[in-house]
Amino acid sequence: MKCRGFRYCRVLTVEEAVESFVSCEGEARFLAGGQSLLPALNLRLSAPDLLIDISRVEGLRGITLEGSDLRIGALTRHVEVLHSPLVAEYAPLLARAARFVAHPAIRNLGTFGGSLALADPASEFPACVLALNAQIEIAGLSGRRRVAADDYFLGLYETALEPGEILTAVYIPAGRTWQRVCFDELSRRRGDYALAGLAAQATFRDGGEVLTALRLVFCALGSKPMRAQAAEAALLNTKVDAVAIEAAQHALSQDLSPDEAEDLSSAARLHLARVLLGRVAHALREGAC
Amino acid sequence: MSNASDIPFAKTTKYIGAALPRATAKRFLFGRGRYTDDIEVPRMLSAAFLRCPYAHARILAIDTTNARKFPGVHSILTGVDLARICRPWVGTLTHFAGMKSAPQLPLAMEKAVWSGHPIAIVIAETRAQAEDALEAIQVEFVELPAVVDALDGLNEHSALINEAAGDNLIYATQIEAGTIAQAFEDAEIVEADFIFGRHTAVTMEPRSILANFDPSTGRLDVHQSTQTPYQFQDVYARHFNLSEANVRVVAPDVGGSFGMKLHVYHEDMAVVGASIISGRPVKFTADRMESFASDIHARDHRVRARLAVSSEGILRGFDVDDVTGVGPFSTYPRTSVVEGNQVVRLIGAAYRVTDYRAALRVVAQNKNQMSQYRAVGHPVAFAVTEYLVDLAARKVGLDPFEIRRRNYLTQDMYPHTTATGYQIERLSLEICLEKLHEVMDYAAIVAEQERLRRTGVYRGIGIATYVEITNPSPAFYGVGGGHVSAQDGCILKVTQSGEIQCMISVTEQGQGTEAIIAQIVAEAVGTDIATVRVFTGDTDMTPAGGAAWACRGAGVGGETALQAGKKLKKRIVEVAGAILHCPAHHLTLVDGRIVDAQQHTRMTLRELAHLSYFRSDLLPAGRPAELTVAHHHGPSGFPFAFTNGIHGSLVEVDVETGIVKILKHWVVEDCGTVINPLLVEEQIRGGVVQGLGAALFEECRYSASGQLLNGSMADYLVPMACEMPDIEVYHVETPTRDTELGAKGCGEAGTAASSAAALNAVNNALSVFGASITQIPMTPERILRAIGAVG
Amino acid sequence: MLTTALLVTVMVNGESVQRFVEPRLSLADFLRRDLGLTGTHLGCEMGACGACLVSLNGSAVHSCLMLAVQADGLSVDTIEGLAESGFISDLQTAFHERNAMQCGFCTSGMLIAARECLAHGGVPSREEIRDALSGNYCRCTGYQSIVDAIETVAIARAEKEVGGPV
Ligand SMILES: Cc1cc2nc3c(=O)[nH]c(=O)nc-3n(C[C@H](O)[C@H](O)[C@H](O)COP(=O)(O)OP(=O)(O)OC[C@H]3O[C@@H](n4cnc5c(N)ncnc54)[C@H](O)[C@@H]3O)c2cc1C
Ligand code: FES
Ligand code: FES
Repeated sequence: MKCRGFRYCRVLTVEEAVESFVSCEGEARFLAGGQSLLPALNLRLSAPDLLIDISRVEGLRGITLEGSDLRIGALTRHVEVLHSPLVAEYAPLLARAARFVAHPAIRNLGTFGGSLALADPASEFPACVLALNAQIEIAGLSGRRRVAADDYFLGLYETALEPGEILTAVYIPAGRTWQRVCFDELSRRRGDYALAGLAAQATFRDGGEVLTALRLVFCALGSKPMRAQAAEAALLNTKVDAVAIEAAQHALSQDLSPDEAEDLSSAARLHLARVLLGRVAHALREGAC
Repeated sequence: MSNASDIPFAKTTKYIGAALPRATAKRFLFGRGRYTDDIEVPRMLSAAFLRCPYAHARILAIDTTNARKFPGVHSILTGVDLARICRPWVGTLTHFAGMKSAPQLPLAMEKAVWSGHPIAIVIAETRAQAEDALEAIQVEFVELPAVVDALDGLNEHSALINEAAGDNLIYATQIEAGTIAQAFEDAEIVEADFIFGRHTAVTMEPRSILANFDPSTGRLDVHQSTQTPYQFQDVYARHFNLSEANVRVVAPDVGGSFGMKLHVYHEDMAVVGASIISGRPVKFTADRMESFASDIHARDHRVRARLAVSSEGILRGFDVDDVTGVGPFSTYPRTSVVEGNQVVRLIGAAYRVTDYRAALRVVAQNKNQMSQYRAVGHPVAFAVTEYLVDLAARKVGLDPFEIRRRNYLTQDMYPHTTATGYQIERLSLEICLEKLHEVMDYAAIVAEQERLRRTGVYRGIGIATYVEITNPSPAFYGVGGGHVSAQDGCILKVTQSGEIQCMISVTEQGQGTEAIIAQIVAEAVGTDIATVRVFTGDTDMTPAGGAAWACRGAGVGGETALQAGKKLKKRIVEVAGAILHCPAHHLTLVDGRIVDAQQHTRMTLRELAHLSYFRSDLLPAGRPAELTVAHHHGPSGFPFAFTNGIHGSLVEVDVETGIVKILKHWVVEDCGTVINPLLVEEQIRGGVVQGLGAALFEECRYSASGQLLNGSMADYLVPMACEMPDIEVYHVETPTRDTELGAKGCGEAGTAASSAAALNAVNNALSVFGASITQIPMTPERILRAIGAVG
Repeated sequence: MLTTALLVTVMVNGESVQRFVEPRLSLADFLRRDLGLTGTHLGCEMGACGACLVSLNGSAVHSCLMLAVQADGLSVDTIEGLAESGFISDLQTAFHERNAMQCGFCTSGMLIAARECLAHGGVPSREEIRDALSGNYCRCTGYQSIVDAIETVAIARAEKEVGGPV
């Protein structure tokens, strides 16, 4: 299990990276943490001609508060998301989800941007970013642009990134004190990709009883992070009581129709999504996340 | 005054029975282990294999022209090249009457019979270059219909894997004892259909071999990650027509084996052949994908079983049908029928049951080969037995402990012959049962279970008994013509400074074989263990013997070392007597000192060695100091030693998700004399975890066309630290009287019944829903379906 | 595809080494084959077993999921270096005494994961220790002895900090 041959270059700026990509005659790939790319290379599932190592591009690092947004640089490691005081304060959903991402050694190298660029439907961060209504910053030949998370995830491993574009940072509206977030997932073993995962952000009014805004995003239940709008509708403007939760669980079949995968039938996967929805809704109501 | 050397070892407690850490394991903590893949030799080439992508296919043509031109490629060999120098092997033994299996060659010839079957070997300067060239080999295949499900394979219209055999039935056997019809008459009857999935060994170190043939001398030197070097010396010599004395097989550090590394694999034969043809050293280390596709798989049984029980809870008879799918052919040299054979012979072994019927069918399929893996057949036999015993208990209203109490073999019944003909010297079933009851704090956990159930938390408690075969005599393989040694040999030599070197044929894969042998030798000789060094795993260095299989290291290897040690001690005191002019029987050896009847030190072993080796002129004429002894020992008396014990498992089932959390596991085991409790306990724990993996996670899943669906470490779920519980281990000691040491074996006891205990525990938790599950692994989906949460 | 070898300089176990490497060479193969540091093992080459862990600039990473060229200018410590430096001698002793290894193939990775788990001080719970080992496969031990050994060291280190039993 050894990679096919390829050329390698290390770049120090975004511009250089894009340049190298465009001028490569064969297939080029960016290399960030390598925690998804290297397994694919080792298995010869992927065989680029050129690897462009962006891992030392300074401008892609760091977690900062910019106005009312939390900016997370693409090269931020999973472990930094897990321990960052800024993330804990302004995007606690990510800190909570990060615990479910892989194992310690993978979190030491894997990057936040890499996870979003790859857009594995079972990954935690894409679901969180969508639940948090974040903006994705992308750099290409023609400069930088921002894409709303809603418009970023297009399909199975498919995003708004065009070939040669780099995901540079993610801007997350800093969390408000009245917002509640919850992330939970079901997996066979600790650190495995989820059987079902759910990221949620909610706003409660009327003394914290009535749910007035909600984004529910599932991972591992479709070809991309799946927003569950029918379930959201069933919970909106309710006190998230047992009846409302049941209605939302019922409505979930309009949001999700998972394929059979691994050793789970589509019926079992939908069932697990419903169980998870029940647990997360309960936690949101109790503010117990 | 008694002669000190006559005191049985069991009464001295210096080393045998001591919880000593393993001296030789220290190098692992410094990164200084030496595994086969770590070894580099000059002019070495690396091998990679082209494998059949189909489960069953005819090979029309192989074109290697382009691939040969790739950088670094030395040569590419196909089936015909190796068939010229390798005699085919056939995985049958004569004591399994009527069994049939197709002859095998290193690489597929006209037909490939499983997805993963090697077709060509590339040898190149690096593994990466060999893999590059693989991609340029072109093969013309015609895909054939595949036999995937064992039952389908028995269908008369099924595709045939071995056309010459006429059907896909490799072996069938029946056992009838007593009057089964009567036993089931007027009895309560419980029954179930079981499915045992395929799983595999997933040793941390993949299989690896480095073959180095020297054409100038005809010498073959093989370093191989194996547990049975002598067996491979024999295989390579016979099948490649080499002088056996010129074949050396070394097993360096071995990163786990568990039975998986004692079978003959096509790749190993191809690598040896490639080295012979090329005259160069050739190394192959399986990558993990290759391991899943070619390391033997285990289990794969469908069992239908019934148990008759009287209304008082007395077990009356078992009726069992087992169909097992073993892959395209029977494994060499031990066959793939031993697993099934042990299933149908071990069911019910712990109980007073004389009426018994069982039928076994061993079927060929286009899947990877299935064969012996840790606890061969036992986990299946005891899951079936113990599930049915629990079911019977429920039917007649008894507690699981009580029904076992009423039906176990008891101390007054030994020696005992089971309904299936196994002769059992002595077990301690009832003692282990009561001990488990106590250490589990059974009443308390049952009360806790009931309390939690009212809060919607579903816990389950399960127990499962095992009776395990160890220390096998040639009755296992030898009588059927198998070149599998059941005896062991040991050489002890006193070094020039009075230390001891021990060369023994049992081998080390981390169990601690070398550590216990050192303990036994130090005890038997009467010397300081720090001066004893044990060497294993090299056919040039140690006597020939069976090495590691069927938990025989302590029982057979240990007895060999004990007797060798006693022989050496006798030699030493004889020499000392001659030097000291004192009758030898007045002398003995204590901590490396030669002492007399008054316990006075007369000389040290160091002094004796010095005189013997450097001043032989001072020894009495004609009495050279022969400070090297050899001893061989093979089991005699009972054909096998049987161990026993019982597992307890406490689980919590999330009935919404079907996810099971194992909270705690207990084992009370009896492996006879415990030589080193630290090591026995770790053997048990490791074994338990392999069984729990099988119970909940591990399964080789195949598509309808015979493709392995989850053959990678990301997709095949091995048990990891977070999912495994703490495991408490307790000992009861019933030494075998067939040997002086009294040790049986403990390597497989952990695996033998942990899956059964977990199965019973989950079923105990599900019983409130009127649900049950009889398939392992117990995946979330299967549990959800059992309780009807998913339709 | 022919790819030219690149010159890399890596600080390995405190010594600067320079080699020409093919870009496709993994850090694991570089350590094992080019430098003879065979204490780093390969069990899956896809990040799932933890046998190949090394310490990169102080944190545990999979050497199978990194190219040798990526380590250029960085500092890598393997089990050999950590063991010889004496940094993990208490862990080694505890593993040995508790027999927290059988075949030894997982041991280097376990020690490197253990070192990271205890790097922040304090006494982690058994659950936390198991969590820190969640990416480290061991087929032989059943994990308990490894957890025991790490716990023993954590307690001993904490006692040393405080200067007496806690
Ligand atoms: C055993 C194992 C278990 C894992 N478990 C999980 C898990 O449970 N949950 C989970 O979410 N992940 C898991 N991962 C994946 C891990 O989180 C990866 O780190 C992550 O998916 C990719 O990040 P990376 O930086 O390593 O990307 P790389 O592997 O370097 O790159 C991945 C892809 O994204 C592209 N890319 C990377 N960065 C950028 C960028 N800034 N702009 C444009 N393109 C870019 C690359 O070209 C490549 O195609 C696991 C990985 C392993 C090996
Ligand atoms: S070899 Fe790197 S994680 Fe398995
Ligand atoms: S000791 Fe063998 S894999 Fe851990």
